Amino acid sequence: MLDQKQHIKLPEGSIEKDTTTLNLGPTHPATHGVFQNILEIDGERIVSAVSTVGYIHRAFEKIAERRPYYQITPLTDRLNYCSAPINNMGWILTVEKLLGLEMPKRVDYLRVIIMELARIADHLICSSVMGVDTGALTGFVYVMTYRELIYEIYEEICGSRLTTNIGRIGGFERNFTPAAFAKIERFLNEYPAVLKEFETLLTRNRIFMERTQGVGAITAERALSYGFTGPNLRAAGVDYDVRVANPYCSYQDFDFSIPVGTTGDSYDRFQVRNAEMWESLSIIRQAMDKLKDLPADVYHADVPAYYLPEKQDVYTKMEALIYHFKIVMGEADMLPGEVYNAVEGANGELGFYLISDGGRSPYRLHFRRPCFIYYQAYAELVQGSMISDAIVCMSSLNLIAGELDA
Amino acid sequence: MSLTNERIQQRLTEKFGDVLTGFEEPFGLLTLTAQKDYNLKVMQFLFDDEELRFRFLTDITAVHYPDRKNEELAVVYHLHNLQDNIRLRLKVFTPVAKPDVFTATQLYASANWMERETYDFYGINFVGHPNLIRVLNVDEMTYFPMRKEFPLEDSMRIDKDDEMFGRGGNV
Repeated sequence: MLDQKQHIKLPEGSIEKDTTTLNLGPTHPATHGVFQNILEIDGERIVSAVSTVGYIHRAFEKIAERRPYYQITPLTDRLNYCSAPINNMGWILTVEKLLGLEMPKRVDYLRVIIMELARIADHLICSSVMGVDTGALTGFVYVMTYRELIYEIYEEICGSRLTTNIGRIGGFERNFTPAAFAKIERFLNEYPAVLKEFETLLTRNRIFMERTQGVGAITAERALSYGFTGPNLRAAGVDYDVRVANPYCSYQDFDFSIPVGTTGDSYDRFQVRNAEMWESLSIIRQAMDKLKDLPADVYHADVPAYYLPEKQDVYTKMEALIYHFKIVMGEADMLPGEVYNAVEGANGELGFYLISDGGRSPYRLHFRRPCFIYYQAYAELVQGSMISDAIVCMSSLNLIAGELDA
Repeated sequence: MSLTNERIQQRLTEKFGDVLTGFEEPFGLLTLTAQKDYNLKVMQFLFDDEELRFRFLTDITAVHYPDRKNEELAVVYHLHNLQDNIRLRLKVFTPVAKPDVFTATQLYASANWMERETYDFYGINFVGHPNLIRVLNVDEMTYFPMRKEFPLEDSMRIDKDDEMFGRGGNV
């Protein structure tokens, strides 16, 4: 009989050591994405963690160096795919900043509506998935109906649901239809009651509180050092929000507050996200009211050299045909320049660092992805906690694999 | 009184003099270039100074300019003073033959992965980094893919055999 030891080649010292190595991921169902963490565990307590990323790296920054500007919008969809419209708008606003284009107020407000809907959709998933990871599936299934409604609103506006490619350089591809407005109204009317009910399920739920309070806590100093932004930073008590610090898209016209937490743990992150959903609802309501005073037929700026004209005009008008051809062939006159533009993404400061040499594609485009930057704190956050806490901590950070790996 | 770009430039020039060049303000963002060996000293000063307080690292990335002799690679830092809400862009240029730049991991914990990413794509060797290994690409990769010597396929090329894709063969 063969000696068993000949067949099992264990790494040096693996028998003698006191801890166990555990691979959490990359395809573990509870990690909600392609995340691998190599945990050293002592019983059920985590001694150390090493995160491996890059499983779905798609080289968007490289691809962007070959594409005309308007073809880069679909690439940004695939960063944080839970709130694709915010990424689209971030990119479009960056190009508009480079070109110095001014948008009419109505376009700004329409963009605000769509970005805040996306923020709600994103926070909704994150908060309800925290419930799932602590054993409460009901809330998740319940609020899904309203994410579905948000996706239907996207569909009314741009035709797609998840990866939206919404908006164009210079405005929107088409005006919001009455059906879109009706659905937004429906959302505004029905969702508050749902969110309230969702909160009653979890916010003061003993089990949920025990599972999340004190889990994955981070101090404000460490959070800043780790480059945290968005709800995760605000949960630690720092009131930094790009919408207020560097207002874009007329956010200065809106009245809203920035919810902050105190302890920076998973429970505070959950609370901050829920509070932000209420603020987003209020912003959408304000935007809908402001729209009533504005001419209803404006949905793009008058910048024919950069705004892709309507198909109908392309077939019938010479000017529109010329511009259509120039934009589609990537021959629109892009200005050389170097610009950094940030928007408040659903999980933090989403920055676009664009260098243009005036050519048809960017010379260099870099995405500042909030996920990638704060995920490096994960090892520190879970050190010394239980495996089940590591799962809750991960879902409370709102990690999106697409954004992490770009 | 809130901090202005002029004030920052004045403070930095007083402290460092000729080390810093290329002051610009594209789109209102103060941009400056530091000599290669001074990146950490400048950042340390920006961090520690009670007036400047640039204590938030927004982003690190690199840019490849193959035509600039002996300064082919630029490392670009975006710093943010959250109290006064003002941003700053710091650049250092390094030759592609010896791309050594001091690490900022001692100042900012977030610099760790950002520098690993920059190393991964541009091969910038961050001297003093605790764990400078690839982060997004496979470990076996032997080149730095974001450099300009690796162009993407030209979308206008016509020599491609499209038969496999159902678009007819070569003419």
